[in-house]
Amino acid sequence: MSDTTIDPPQTAEPQSTPSHGGGQGHSDVGHQSTTGISNTKLAMWLFLGSECLLFGGLISTYMLYRNRQGDAIGPDQLWDIPFTSATSFVLLMSSLTMVLAVSAAKRKEERNTRLWLTVTALLGALFLAGQVYEFTVFYREGLGYTTSLFSSSFYTLTGFHGVHVAVGIIMLMSLVGMLAKGRIVGDKAETVEMVGLYWHFVDVVWIVIFTLVYLIPA
Amino acid sequence: MSIDVDPSIKADPTAHDEHASHGVSDKQYVLIALFLAVLTAMEVAVTEIAGMPEVLLVPSLLIMMVIKFLVVVSYFMHLKHDSAIFKFSFYIGLGGAVVLYAAMLATFHFFIG
Repeated sequence: MSDTTIDPPQTAEPQSTPSHGGGQGHSDVGHQSTTGISNTKLAMWLFLGSECLLFGGLISTYMLYRNRQGDAIGPDQLWDIPFTSATSFVLLMSSLTMVLAVSAAKRKEERNTRLWLTVTALLGALFLAGQVYEFTVFYREGLGYTTSLFSSSFYTLTGFHGVHVAVGIIMLMSLVGMLAKGRIVGDKAETVEMVGLYWHFVDVVWIVIFTLVYLIPA
Repeated sequence: MSIDVDPSIKADPTAHDEHASHGVSDKQYVLIALFLAVLTAMEVAVTEIAGMPEVLLVPSLLIMMVIKFLVVVSYFMHLKHDSAIFKFSFYIGLGGAVVLYAAMLATFHFFIG
């Protein structure tokens, strides 16, 4: 038996008042259900599973129409692979900062959590700025939304992804604000993790889009 | 009330860090991100190889894409270390999407051209 004893469970963190979740009294277990798994997390994974169907539809529609541009400008004349690679790298790095935010939240380092969340939001905004710039260039080159089946499916797919990134940035900044004001009820680490799952999903969707849309020749 | 704690665990901040992050430390997360960045660079490099036949190019790009996808989902989203029901919830949606849209694309390919 060891000599060292501590009071459970590291009582430096004050217990939050349970507003729901079975009245278990501790913020770390308030989200647990009778099945032993988090309902919030299960709901998020089911949501992300359904999002696969949404993006699957958009990606396959693009794959179907990628060569249907007629005499209009096509993907091979438009893509700027070095630029898109740079924005992809930015989004990939935002996944790293997000996972560091989740890690800091689990260690209850609130300042670091807010810092990494803010960096993630900034990287997301940088990616979005790149996408807006890319759309502007394409439009000036003559690729409007209704120019061809290719352009409609391309703008719909990448636009939907961009909207998801924008929603993610709003979620991240809201989370930073709520953490700063102490307005999160229950398990803070799990709340950060849920936003993180959404953000990583946005990243994995881009991994697929980057390869199928930009890298594989039409 | 008190519980016994192994002093080696208490003294090692990395152990606590790894426990908090599903067995992966922050340093390992950085290494995983570097691996993903290298893989992205390889993807772009492969497309720049002049005269590479499409029959090699497309499968190599798809393999690298799947590896990146699985690494992010398994380690950054912690699905590797999480409950099986979360894996099922996600992969049933993903698998359904792949099968459904592969069938749709095949239908268009064979019946419409």
